[in-house]
Amino acid sequence: MAIPVDDILVKEEEKQNLSSVSVIREPLVTGGKTVHDVTEDICRQVEGKPTLSWMLGMAISLGTLGIGAYCVFMLLWEGIGVWGLNKTVGWAWDITNFVWWVGIGHAGTLISAILLLFRQKWRMSINRAAEAMTIFAVICAAMFPGLHMGRLWLGFYWALPLPNTFGSLWVNFNSPLLWDVFAISTYFTVSLVFWYIGLIPDFASIRDRAKNSISKAVYGALSFGWDGAAKTWMRYESVALILAGLATPLVLSVHTIVSFDFATSVIPGWHTTIFPPYFVAGAIFSGFAMVLTLMLITRKTFKLEDYITINHIELMNIVIIITGSIVGIAYITEFFIAWYSGVEAEQYAFLNRMTGPYWWAYWTMMTCNVISPQLFWFKKIRTNIAATFILSIVVNIGMWFERFVIIVTSLHRDYLPSSWAMFYPTVYDVGVYLFTFGLFGTAFLLFAKFFPVINMAEVKSIIKTSSRQNS
Amino acid sequence: MSDKRKQYWKGVEQLTNDPAFVKNAESEFPEFLPISDNPEGGSSRRDFLKMMGFGIAAASLAACEAPVRKAIPYVNKPIDVDPGIPNYYASTYIQGGDYSSIVVRTREGRPIKIDGNALSPLTKGCSNAQVEASVLSLYDNERLRNPKKGGKDISWEVLDKEVSGKLKSIAAQGGQIRIVSNTVLSPSTNRVVEEFITQYPTTKHIVYDTDSAEGMLAANEQSFGVRMIPSYDFSKADVIVGFGADFLGTWIAPIQYANQYTQTRKITDTKKTMSRHYQFEGNLSLTGANADYRTPLKPSDEAKAVVALYSALNGKKSDIPNMNKAAADLKKAAGKSLVVSGSNDPAVQVVINAINNKLGNYGKTIDLTTPVNYRQGKEKEYNAFLGEVKSGKVAAVIFYNCNPVYNTKTGTELSKALEKVSLTISTSDRPDETTKFVEYIAPDNHFLESWGDANPAEGHYSLMQPTITNIFNTRQVQASFMSWAGVADFDYFTYLKEGWEGTLSGIGLIWDQALHDGVFKLENSTEAPEFSADVNTAINSINKAYKGSDLELSIYQKVGIGDGTQSNNPWLQEMPDPITKATWDNYLTVSQAWANEKGITFIEGKSNMVNLTVNGVMLKVPVVIQPGQAPGSIGLSVGYGRTSAGKVADGRGINAYPLLSSINGTGSNAVISGVSVEVLEETYQVAQTQTQQTYMGRETVIQETVLSEYQKNPGAGRYHPHISTWQEESGETHPGTLSLWKGHKYKNHHWGLAIDLNTCIGCSACHVACQAENNIPVVGREEVINRRDMHWLRIDRYYSSAPDEELSEDQQDMMDSRKLELVAANPEVTFQPMMCQHCNNAPCETVCPVAATTHSTEGLNQMTYNRCIGTRYCANNCPYKVRRFNWFKYHDNSQFENINTAMNNDLGKMVLNPDVTVRSRGVMEKCSMCVQRIQDGKLRAKKANRPLKDGDIQVACASSCPTEGMVFGDMNDPNSKISKLLKIKDTEEADYLITKEIGEPRAYHVLEEIGVKPNVTYLTKIRNKDKA
Repeated sequence: MAIPVDDILVKEEEKQNLSSVSVIREPLVTGGKTVHDVTEDICRQVEGKPTLSWMLGMAISLGTLGIGAYCVFMLLWEGIGVWGLNKTVGWAWDITNFVWWVGIGHAGTLISAILLLFRQKWRMSINRAAEAMTIFAVICAAMFPGLHMGRLWLGFYWALPLPNTFGSLWVNFNSPLLWDVFAISTYFTVSLVFWYIGLIPDFASIRDRAKNSISKAVYGALSFGWDGAAKTWMRYESVALILAGLATPLVLSVHTIVSFDFATSVIPGWHTTIFPPYFVAGAIFSGFAMVLTLMLITRKTFKLEDYITINHIELMNIVIIITGSIVGIAYITEFFIAWYSGVEAEQYAFLNRMTGPYWWAYWTMMTCNVISPQLFWFKKIRTNIAATFILSIVVNIGMWFERFVIIVTSLHRDYLPSSWAMFYPTVYDVGVYLFTFGLFGTAFLLFAKFFPVINMAEVKSIIKTSSRQNS
Repeated sequence: MSDKRKQYWKGVEQLTNDPAFVKNAESEFPEFLPISDNPEGGSSRRDFLKMMGFGIAAASLAACEAPVRKAIPYVNKPIDVDPGIPNYYASTYIQGGDYSSIVVRTREGRPIKIDGNALSPLTKGCSNAQVEASVLSLYDNERLRNPKKGGKDISWEVLDKEVSGKLKSIAAQGGQIRIVSNTVLSPSTNRVVEEFITQYPTTKHIVYDTDSAEGMLAANEQSFGVRMIPSYDFSKADVIVGFGADFLGTWIAPIQYANQYTQTRKITDTKKTMSRHYQFEGNLSLTGANADYRTPLKPSDEAKAVVALYSALNGKKSDIPNMNKAAADLKKAAGKSLVVSGSNDPAVQVVINAINNKLGNYGKTIDLTTPVNYRQGKEKEYNAFLGEVKSGKVAAVIFYNCNPVYNTKTGTELSKALEKVSLTISTSDRPDETTKFVEYIAPDNHFLESWGDANPAEGHYSLMQPTITNIFNTRQVQASFMSWAGVADFDYFTYLKEGWEGTLSGIGLIWDQALHDGVFKLENSTEAPEFSADVNTAINSINKAYKGSDLELSIYQKVGIGDGTQSNNPWLQEMPDPITKATWDNYLTVSQAWANEKGITFIEGKSNMVNLTVNGVMLKVPVVIQPGQAPGSIGLSVGYGRTSAGKVADGRGINAYPLLSSINGTGSNAVISGVSVEVLEETYQVAQTQTQQTYMGRETVIQETVLSEYQKNPGAGRYHPHISTWQEESGETHPGTLSLWKGHKYKNHHWGLAIDLNTCIGCSACHVACQAENNIPVVGREEVINRRDMHWLRIDRYYSSAPDEELSEDQQDMMDSRKLELVAANPEVTFQPMMCQHCNNAPCETVCPVAATTHSTEGLNQMTYNRCIGTRYCANNCPYKVRRFNWFKYHDNSQFENINTAMNNDLGKMVLNPDVTVRSRGVMEKCSMCVQRIQDGKLRAKKANRPLKDGDIQVACASSCPTEGMVFGDMNDPNSKISKLLKIKDTEEADYLITKEIGEPRAYHVLEEIGVKPNVTYLTKIRNKDKA
């Protein structure tokens, strides 16, 4: 994190020695980049004209957003009935998407906060984009608890503990949905602040390089008068550490609390104590996969291969194997406990997952989440960009199905067989999901164009210690 | 005030305490302030601002379009109407020959709910789904608003003038006049008709029934010399054998029979016996579903089975399953048994009579001295009438509240022949298939707007009084007849009253009292005739006529729609059939074996369409695979396929009346030859509210036993879940003892509901009563397919799973959990009414983020609609899945205009219960245990300054139950019916229900092991079967 002054002011004759600080480790930045190259490479996107591929991406995102917005409008105009839900299955795609997006939103903070605390320097070239992804994913996630409400217009303020004129009527603190409100808003706030604080030095760099007055004014305002003084850097680092300390428990708590939505209920398949760790592992799993997907695209289109190296990809893939295996063990444990509990409804719920009408969803989940990440045991695969890209998408498909399996297959056949029913999605289920994709894509592309996608200040700090600039 | 303190005076006035000063001393401005600053008058700046503000507000308000509210207050309050307080009127429900004495609840002059009249010795306060729903038919937007001629509105004066004129000229020429009607139960109406006939002597009154009982009438004429139907008393029968008679659902007088039947099924500590019921039938009927032993037989075999029983009673063994056992039981219970058949063949009914006679049931379970009048149709006369119309011999026809173009086999022939009749009149109060072909429509009042009387059984009378003034320009049919007969200004009320007053004073009753009670009884001096019949001739004609074929069709009535008269009633359309759980359609019921043979499946209500051809008539129908359907038989219900009944009914299903056949000279619901079915590629989804058929062997849901086990141990069949805990040395404990919650103390009342699964016959009266009481929306076929029906109370129908020996080889290899999904070919059936269980540890309450569902101090789980934001978390977390979400706005929404008529037009809205909110889109709703009735009962007791008595409050479902299978009451009151039934003991240490222990061994809570501690208790189902 720190950028030691002597690193910048290296003596010419010592350069040779510094270049091989850790000979046994893969360098984190390749291509013989100098500090100036870093600034140039990363500011190029911000300062240049939008590229064709960026324009194309934006057009697709806005198109998706538009179609999605129509579906959201219909949802609000006609009622929740435009979705495929019914009296038995009261949640399906809505909460599946919610949990999925929240899960994705875990990687950013994990990478920046936990890896910061563990002094993992490889995070430096990916944390900015990962954090941005987190912010946008959490925004997308937060759409669903709102949109799934029958009366959204009241939910906005009735779900918050605001003083009101209803006398003693307040929110119900017993409800895990209310815990969600707190957990997610806290997580979002901390992540946003953390991300923004990290952006300030880079905004200052852009400000200082700006050639036109608009950029100067905008980035000047965004950088909060950053002066790059040693004192400022010290304060910056302290804040970063404090926020990292605050964010770390949040990484674990958010998905724990999301899992309580299910774990505290009485529905077989939901009523499970394993959910908190299982959900957190799953969240990191899907979050890392999503970071990989996005990073591989950004790396390619913005030509950042020297900053986001195969080494990064490999390390991320290792995290995916670990969390994927945890998730796999959790699935098996659930089954074992269902059988061991001797509870008839519980046993049936799990048997039904595997063999019932939604068996295909279950086996998609198993294939994508448990079997496919095991391929990363092979170094060839985990260092292969194409394979990683495909598997990162497969993992997120699997994780979407995990939530679908948990929510829909548990609900559709619970205690009383008379109420058993099937859930079939409608175009509006798909459309509202697309809406969040459009939203995410648009936000991420705007970020990629106007914000530095890699933390220049931090990467510069490792140029001397972990780059091949002089070899 | 301290003396030392300085005091400043406002002026000398204060020092002197001048009275003029003291008066205004406390005011903010003691002196008078002129409104205007301007001493010369005129407006000040402040006034200008005020006026400007008001002006702008007024101008902008005027620009908004204020909704037009049509609530008009009373100028003079009617003496007997207090806003907010219901009035009750005794009246009579009559629909063709179906009858029930009822009490109508009106609010602000609008009838909103129908209940049974407990004073009636016949119906005993019971009703059924059709009776409960009939109040909505009053507010049917399709009803005729004016008399019509050739489709155009005319005035009554013009109609009367023209009709009388034509009738007179017809009569003068000796032209034949016919009045066609269904069974007329009203003696006064019969008098009116007679007076009409006196005026026009060429008139004949033709009576037909949509569900003919010609066979019974003719058989009894043969056996007893009297054309009548006797009174049956199922309550006195220890052994009941039914042959295709759905006496609990649709046969003759199901309301009465259901009540009598369940009296023999009820089990208490002092009466540990119950009747045994055998049923031999083709389709699985409601009655068959309740039978202890049910033998599926195709219609031709069903007739032969009657003969087989007759022979078995004479000692000849039969190879029909359960037949010898039935015969043995009947012999043992001679004089205390009852054998009935739904056949319309006089030969079959003669054999039935012979069996009952042999068993000595006449005078005991069958009362020949009190014949019932429910079915009086004469098939021969009707057929002769049809012939006369066709040959042009009839000059005038008056269709008195009947619809023969639709509900007879020969409807199309009649409609064509009507062209030859010079004067055609219908008195139907709404358009139907027959009114399309008549010249004049003289719309009758709805029965809730009418005066009338009924003579359902010999000596029993029931009065009908209007509960609302005529909504439209309609006129009672009796007045029409009299007007056409030349009596001007006829007042049927006076006619009715004067007709009865003499008789009533003879039994010491005054008219007002009789009207108040709604029912009265007269001496009945009919003597029982002797039995004499030629049984052998009957048996021979049965053997000759019932040849049988590979595929036979049984045409039946559904419990909800019946003969189709009320099919424009959305409550009945959406009432799930008790057996198939299907709504909005009729369909061909086929057996699983037949489906396997044809290679068709039935998943989620979806199956192939078929072309059903019956003696040359081809109809395209959807298919439902029906467990219990007799092999070689198929079933199809009447009542659908309406073409001019209204927007709700038109185009739903197909009309099965043209398929009716005849055997031995009388009409027959069974078609035993000439039936063929061709499977089509096209598929169709029947809208079912329940698609999983079995209860998956879950003892925690359905607990049942057989009578012999119960007699040994009243707690037999109970499932006692146990769990292990780390602290229990003894090993296992009851799950109810472990709880996170502190529980509730109910200091005042603790409401509870007990449901006896042994007396619940699944008739669905409670279902419609709940819908009417609680303003529950109807959602339509598509939304039922989407599994979004809104019923607060549903009746879960479970079949038993297929036993191993019935499984095919592939099925043998299935997992156990999959095998349990397969239904037995002839399953045992259990009905379980399911509504909000009002859990004491309610899972819904904890998860609602906004506390919209909370626990009351009286044990109710209550919904605050205003507070609900619609997260549906409560519904997901409800183990009973009884919560219903408003997916759309069901009221004032053009998409539901033709479906949810009670909430989408001004007329329909009159049926809404003003005590219950109509819920908006996006909120959750569910059974409130009729909290409005609880509140009303408490307030009434409070006003009378007395404690609440048991029975002051009755919930809608319990009050409509014809079998008294539901008991509602205060579980805190040791003397309440429910406390006694469940043997509730107050104890601080009770391990299950908080501070209460249920002593009744049969009582159980559904899903006991999850510890939600419901306030709804079920009593085990007991079958009078041999132990398996």
